[in-house]
Amino acid sequence: MTPTAAERMDDWGRRLAPFATVLVLLFFGLVPFGVPGLPLIAPAGTQIAVFYWAVYRPDLMPPLAAFGLGFIQDALAGTPLGIASLAFLILHGIAVNQRKTFIGKPFLLVWLGLAVGALLAAFASWALASALLGGVIPLERPLFQALATIALFPCFCWVLVRIHRGVVH
Amino acid sequence: MREPGYRFARRLAVPLRGLAHRFVYPLLVLGAFALMILGKADLILIERMRATMADALAPILSFMSEPAARVADVIEHGRELVRLREENVQLRQENERLRQWQVVANRLEQENAQLRDLARLTAEPPSSMVSARVVADAGGIFVHSVLIGAGAKAGVGKGNAVMTSEGLAGRVATLGDRSARVLLLTDLNSRIPVMIESTRERAMLAGDNSHQPRLLYLPSTAHPSAGERIVTSGDGGSFPPGLPVGVITDIGTLRVQPFVDFNRLEFIRVIDFKIEGPVVQTEVPRGRDRR
Repeated sequence: MTPTAAERMDDWGRRLAPFATVLVLLFFGLVPFGVPGLPLIAPAGTQIAVFYWAVYRPDLMPPLAAFGLGFIQDALAGTPLGIASLAFLILHGIAVNQRKTFIGKPFLLVWLGLAVGALLAAFASWALASALLGGVIPLERPLFQALATIALFPCFCWVLVRIHRGVVH
Repeated sequence: MREPGYRFARRLAVPLRGLAHRFVYPLLVLGAFALMILGKADLILIERMRATMADALAPILSFMSEPAARVADVIEHGRELVRLREENVQLRQENERLRQWQVVANRLEQENAQLRDLARLTAEPPSSMVSARVVADAGGIFVHSVLIGAGAKAGVGKGNAVMTSEGLAGRVATLGDRSARVLLLTDLNSRIPVMIESTRERAMLAGDNSHQPRLLYLPSTAHPSAGERIVTSGDGGSFPPGLPVGVITDIGTLRVQPFVDFNRLEFIRVIDFKIEGPVVQTEVPRGRDRR
């Protein structure tokens, strides 16, 4: 039986949900709330979401999507283009390469995977941003952001699991 | 049931997809590096790509930033309610003081007009102003810049001064049709010609991604004291002289605390002083010039 138009739309909606979650988190990271310190935590959500979908639904978060989301992030945030793309690709690469290690294993192991990815991404972004912007940028802030990402991983996961079960299947 | 053609295509597609998967990832990593190098080369193409992306998504960000500002307002209101009485007293005193200043200002304005008339001083060029909402704030991990919801179509120009009611916030760095990126004066790449208001000694205000930019190239004969006001010098021609910037907080390292609270940028004013300067001349022809 061929699916009806409505079913097909529904299917597309579900397929786009992982990309959309990252995009929404990305926008939330950029919208000025006027709360000091908030932007430090908010971009971390995007990295978590990319990592999560790359582990559990890599078919719906291909590397091209990670690259594109990074491009949008850089274009809107004013950072040198390519930096966020590379950061997302680092997390994506770790997630996809170690998928077999992560799936069905204790949550702590996935957490460790993200921690390695987030720290690697932070160092790479920091080194490249320093080189491209022409000056040594203090390491504390990207490092702090990476630590915030690691610390908040369970909270973001809790939400993502619900989206995963409820919307994406 | 699916027809055999479909199954054949599917059987062929699986290894092809595997092959593509193997190459897509390294290609994308290379692509990210290529973007960085192209961006560093300052290609107009890259600038356009960035501006187009910002233009396309600025309306969404603008739509989202309104409720966000509302949330921030509610928090702020709650905080204000607590110390309403105290603030009232403070404001009354300030009002009293400002009234006296108003009298002084009126007198000085008249005197100034008379002296200008006597000296036949040419009038300052007229300036145009565009108010805009800050729609995206990167948070300042690598860059200190904000995206505003007005661009070339609203009359914003590259290099224009960006101010709040408190003082200078930065300048317009990249320009789209409906959005523009403002490089804040705390950014690593921000350089603004300034002077000490009282002594007129020139310096360059250089951001370094910290909250307090530094004064560079201050003459060795200058001995500023903490608390002295820093204003734009007008050198280099992109800003007029005298825009308030901040106060010196540390005489040793020559740090300046900007007047603008960068955590609370909500609305800003882009001011085009119609001064022909080096920044204006390098403007990429787009937006306004196209019409």
